[in-house]
Amino acid sequence: MAQTKLTVNGKAYTIDVDPEMPLLWAIRDFVGLKGTKFGCGMAQCGACTVHLNGTPIRSCSTPVSVVKGQKITTIEGVGTPDHLHAVQQAWIDEQVTQCGYCQSGQIMSAVALLKEKPKPTDEDIDLYMQGNICRCGTYQRVRKAIHRAAESVQNSPVPATKKTASLER
Amino acid sequence: MKSLAINRRNFLKTGGSASVVLALGFSIPAHSEEVVLHKIPQTTLGLEFSPYILIDDTGKITILNPRPDMGQGTYQSMPALVAEELEVSMDQIHISQTNGQGKYGSQLSGGSSSVRTRWLPMRKAGAAVKEMLIQAAANKWQVSPEECYAKEAKVFHKSSGKSFTYAELVGDASKLEVPKNPKLKDPKDFKLLGKSMPKPDVPLKVTGTAEFGIDVDLPGMLYASIERCPAIHGKVESFDGAAALKVPGVKKVLKAERAMPHKTVETVAVLATNYWAALQGRKKLKIKWAAVDHNTLSTEKFSAQMHELAKQDGHDFEGNQGDFAKAYGAAAKKIQATYETPFAAHAAMEPVNATVWVKDDSVEIWAPVQGPDGTIGELSQYLGLKPEQVKVNVTFLGGAFGRKAYLDFVKEAAYLSKQAKAPVKLIWTREDDMTQGPYRPAMLSVLEGGIDANGNVTALHHKIISESIQKQVFKANITGKADGWAEEGVGAKDSPMAIPNIRRSYLNASTDLPILWWRSVYASTNVFGHESFVDELAHAAGKDPLDLRLELFKDSPRFVNVLKTVAEKSGYREKLPAGKARGMAIARSFSTICAHVFTVAKTADGIKIEKVVSVIDCGMTVNPDNIKAQTESNVVYGLTAALKSPIVFADGAVQQSNFHNYPVLRINEIPQMEVHIIENQEAPGGVGEPGLPPIAPALANALFNLTGKRQRKFPLSLV
Repeated sequence: MAQTKLTVNGKAYTIDVDPEMPLLWAIRDFVGLKGTKFGCGMAQCGACTVHLNGTPIRSCSTPVSVVKGQKITTIEGVGTPDHLHAVQQAWIDEQVTQCGYCQSGQIMSAVALLKEKPKPTDEDIDLYMQGNICRCGTYQRVRKAIHRAAESVQNSPVPATKKTASLER
Repeated sequence: MKSLAINRRNFLKTGGSASVVLALGFSIPAHSEEVVLHKIPQTTLGLEFSPYILIDDTGKITILNPRPDMGQGTYQSMPALVAEELEVSMDQIHISQTNGQGKYGSQLSGGSSSVRTRWLPMRKAGAAVKEMLIQAAANKWQVSPEECYAKEAKVFHKSSGKSFTYAELVGDASKLEVPKNPKLKDPKDFKLLGKSMPKPDVPLKVTGTAEFGIDVDLPGMLYASIERCPAIHGKVESFDGAAALKVPGVKKVLKAERAMPHKTVETVAVLATNYWAALQGRKKLKIKWAAVDHNTLSTEKFSAQMHELAKQDGHDFEGNQGDFAKAYGAAAKKIQATYETPFAAHAAMEPVNATVWVKDDSVEIWAPVQGPDGTIGELSQYLGLKPEQVKVNVTFLGGAFGRKAYLDFVKEAAYLSKQAKAPVKLIWTREDDMTQGPYRPAMLSVLEGGIDANGNVTALHHKIISESIQKQVFKANITGKADGWAEEGVGAKDSPMAIPNIRRSYLNASTDLPILWWRSVYASTNVFGHESFVDELAHAAGKDPLDLRLELFKDSPRFVNVLKTVAEKSGYREKLPAGKARGMAIARSFSTICAHVFTVAKTADGIKIEKVVSVIDCGMTVNPDNIKAQTESNVVYGLTAALKSPIVFADGAVQQSNFHNYPVLRINEIPQMEVHIIENQEAPGGVGEPGLPPIAPALANALFNLTGKRQRKFPLSLV
């Protein structure tokens, strides 16, 4: 066990854990943020995706000792129901989610993709998002929502903060 | 239609708060379809019953959802049925989940049953409360209720424009009789139903704030991980937990059990103060398992058993017509084919988990279960408690597809909590999920068809060979007869083919691998052979497969309409360039008809599944956008089963353990999907599953049309 300093969503935490503990379980069981999900434990499904200094990583396969002191962002740090990120708003507008379990990871990947490629093609999306499994099969809507978010970011550089859901197609 | 639900009402004044609550609920006998409204004595909320609708004098309107949401959309569809008739908008209501108590009727999300069985009862409940509120307002104004109407949680007086909020009326309304036959709205006046609307759970799910079972936290709880025998049927000869106990955080190592419906097996559990510690401790366990007979588990041997049984004559299902043997014997052209589907895992994204706290005289459960009522029943029996001593809290389910109606994991957590005398949160690993089952049973379809000299199909026989869920899970005796559940999708009820001599028969193959329903259950496997074979018959008869289907379903206008619509929307009759082909299939399951047309293409990297056009006739709808979403979901889920790895038990264990060796469809592999919904006023059918059964045969038929090679076994090859 070791005292480990974590910076999650801009907030500092000191937790006493096995340095080998994956960041996923540190975030969920010690920091207490449950939005990041366990799906496979071997970086196959992407449900546990978080950002490390803005880059997506699989938290289920990243020991906490590797990331200590660095900037970690989880789904809770991307936006809240009252202040949605443009990607989250696009997810609502396209009604992407079904069971919703994989969607934190999908959104973390999508946010990172749009940072790298503000105007991605379908091929860009397929390449970037193929590490995120969705058993409900929401992929076609994931693609649409990423395009929609890309447009909304281009049209208004400040991330959208709409509260209400719409269903305009 | 028979008479439905017993309706009960309850009015109460909650102590201290002076807030008046109007509450109306009903319990629904399992197979009843009509509501009977009953006045019941005034009682206290929570004692007599917990209603579906609660309105208090602060204006808060709560609607309870009786069907756990696993992604299929009941968190919206059930409340919407009430809200429509109650004249409240979806953003005026709070949604809560029922807790499994008997008064709510069946609360199992399964069999695509929620909307089709709750369509009238939920609406009737909303309509009854609305009429009471209107009557209360009319009384206050001393006018007739016909002069009043309800809108947006208010009652208005037509001529004067005066209004009362529901909150202002609730006290008076609570003293009125419950109307026995509240008037339901004409569907043309629907404001919510039949219109695409955003689902209220989406904002929660895109912000990480929706609570799934795995997110439940209790003070002082222990985390559990369980080592199970690779051969599933574990018996612990000996184990050594000393090394596990040295892992910091590990509190307890104990022999435990997994109670499956057909067998209770032994396991070894590690309890720790955090989940990672439990996993680390588990890796350090030394366990000697007793030898297991693999013969009844081997999937290869099961397949051989099915093929051996195929030589025998089967037991008839009900609804056979004509004389198959005679007509087949006389047919000018006879064709035969055997189709095989393998065992499949559900692999929901949220691995099964449960948090259970067994106290001295009660137990409380927090879990992603498909049926809280079944959970109370099974857990009270398992723990030797009365049903009222079991409390269940249903969370959102991170996918389920049938798996989370199998309550082995809840019992495991209960066993551990009882032993540890502490709340226990058990989480299965992905490896546990894939290697331990339960699975969709493998099955064999043996098909024979006879065609006369004029190219008419005169005889058809579908022999279904599989293990029986009814037998293994529900202890039904099916010896010497057909398992009535096993003809889903192709039986006389679901598949009204105009073939004069048609026979469906059954033989039971036996396995000790745990099996269970899997999205669309038997239809998911039966329809593959059935609808592939229709194409084989068409080719043998020299007919286009669409034309043959139009002939076979000529007496069923809804089938014909779906066929014609899918042909039109997909451009089925239009010629494709060389190197491309189409294929179709249609099936009814869970009272809904769905057809797909695939377009496939030869490319340098193998065959690409370019597009699928789907048409679904599920009668009247709640949320068309969600019906499209569910159909897209069925396309992806069905394609994974058709194209990816089977579950194979060999060398003492299931060989597939995680997404690297049990791959599922990813975003780069999906076809373009287009879904069309037939609009009509028919009774609502299911939505969560009926899109799946015709997926594999539609693809197989397209692949045949592209390559000339008939594929009769999963996984279908795209080479």
